[in-house]
Amino acid sequence: MPITLRINGKEHNLRIDPRATLLDCIRESVALTGTKKGCDHGQCGACTVHVNGRRVSSCLSLALMHDGQEITTIEGLGTPDTLHPMQAAFLAHDGYQCGYCTSGQIMSAVALLKEPCGPSDADVKELMSGNICRCGAYQKIVAAIQDVRKHV
Amino acid sequence: MKTFEFIRPADSGAAIATAAQARTAQQGADVRFVAGGTTLIDLMKLNVETPGRLLDINRLPLDKIEATAEGGLKIGATVRNSDLANHPTVKRDYAVLSQAILAGASAQLRNMATTAGNLLQRTRCAYFRDTAMPCNKREPGSGCPAITGSNRTLAVLGASEHCIATNPSDMCVAMAALEATIHVQGPKGVRAIPIADFHLLPGNTPHRETVLEPGDLITHVTLPAPIRGSKQLYLKLRDRASYEFALASAAVVITVAGENVTRARIALGGVGTKPWRSSEAEGALVGQRASGANFRRAAEAAMRDARPQSHNGFKIELAKRCLAHALQVAVAT
Repeated sequence: MPITLRINGKEHNLRIDPRATLLDCIRESVALTGTKKGCDHGQCGACTVHVNGRRVSSCLSLALMHDGQEITTIEGLGTPDTLHPMQAAFLAHDGYQCGYCTSGQIMSAVALLKEPCGPSDADVKELMSGNICRCGAYQKIVAAIQDVRKHV
Repeated sequence: MKTFEFIRPADSGAAIATAAQARTAQQGADVRFVAGGTTLIDLMKLNVETPGRLLDINRLPLDKIEATAEGGLKIGATVRNSDLANHPTVKRDYAVLSQAILAGASAQLRNMATTAGNLLQRTRCAYFRDTAMPCNKREPGSGCPAITGSNRTLAVLGASEHCIATNPSDMCVAMAALEATIHVQGPKGVRAIPIADFHLLPGNTPHRETVLEPGDLITHVTLPAPIRGSKQLYLKLRDRASYEFALASAAVVITVAGENVTRARIALGGVGTKPWRSSEAEGALVGQRASGANFRRAAEAAMRDARPQSHNGFKIELAKRCLAHALQVAVAT
């Protein structure tokens, strides 16, 4: 079916199978592979992207449901030369080990900045619980997010 | 995933007319409404749901939260769970609902999941989700391997010899304690269904989970006017601190005048085959002193009919402590 996806400010006119998830469409049809496929069932958070500014699990959504909507992926957040403050904070705090969950973590963390969230580390952990890190970099991820919340 | 026809109906009438052609609105429905997709797309990937037609209702005007003339609240079918939980009126007047929603899923999923979708959330029973296994809910008459198998997370209230699957929703438990009404528009017109009558016990037809018929579109949910002076709390106990389904949960809306309980609405989650309103606990509380001993007595009453399976007997005591503690904390606030 025909579809127009607006990803990182750029329009993509595509023809896709109705079964294609937003995740598969972003990775396979648009070839933006920064967004990762982990569990593919909404349980790990690796596929987190923003739709109209809000974080969602792109693996549990059909691409067709997002015709015309504004989608942001990790590639739309910053560039290697001009990192988003959250990307810079993950670097500074070493908020990853293998890196597979990192784009989802950062997309979630950036969305969290605009959500109702209390000041404590526990508040951040609660709102980041949808992003699993099998390497266990949680402490440093929370530190990076708190750093950005205090200084940006 | 089996392929399907993707349709974006122009209005509710068109959506209902198409959905009315389905053989059933229950398990195995050949036409499905999709909104958030967090349950349905998941189950379609597992081939547990195999609709031939998918009706995207996201662009229908069902996404508003409004005051009702009676002083209550009208919540549209496609209002996102996150918007409902963070709505100022809900946080102020229906705190138990806000707390219950925020205790469930993850921030990403709450941004997607909707009011109506959460009402229709499916069980997490591992046998239901695995098409290689028998399951009376998924395939009527095939048997229930959970009864002799892995049933630690399954139900101790409302089960039958055919199905012991737990209803997984937190939102529905709070709505049961708030006595919500579900509004449905169908081929024959509109009707209003009290939430207590909306979900069905499994009995010998576990594939029938609600009273919905083909073409029935949930349009909104209404909450009655808030009870002045009531204390509300949702307490959820689970295997980890966040992003996990309940082993036991309690939604309480309680009014205390002087030393005595004058009104109580109690519902339990994680232990029943449907969101479990407990008139037994309510009856044990009203007119009694608001004390720890009486809260424990109410909890005993709530679980009197509970029946353990081989692995989930601990849930009976857990649910009692959950409810007694929730009452204690609620009245102390």
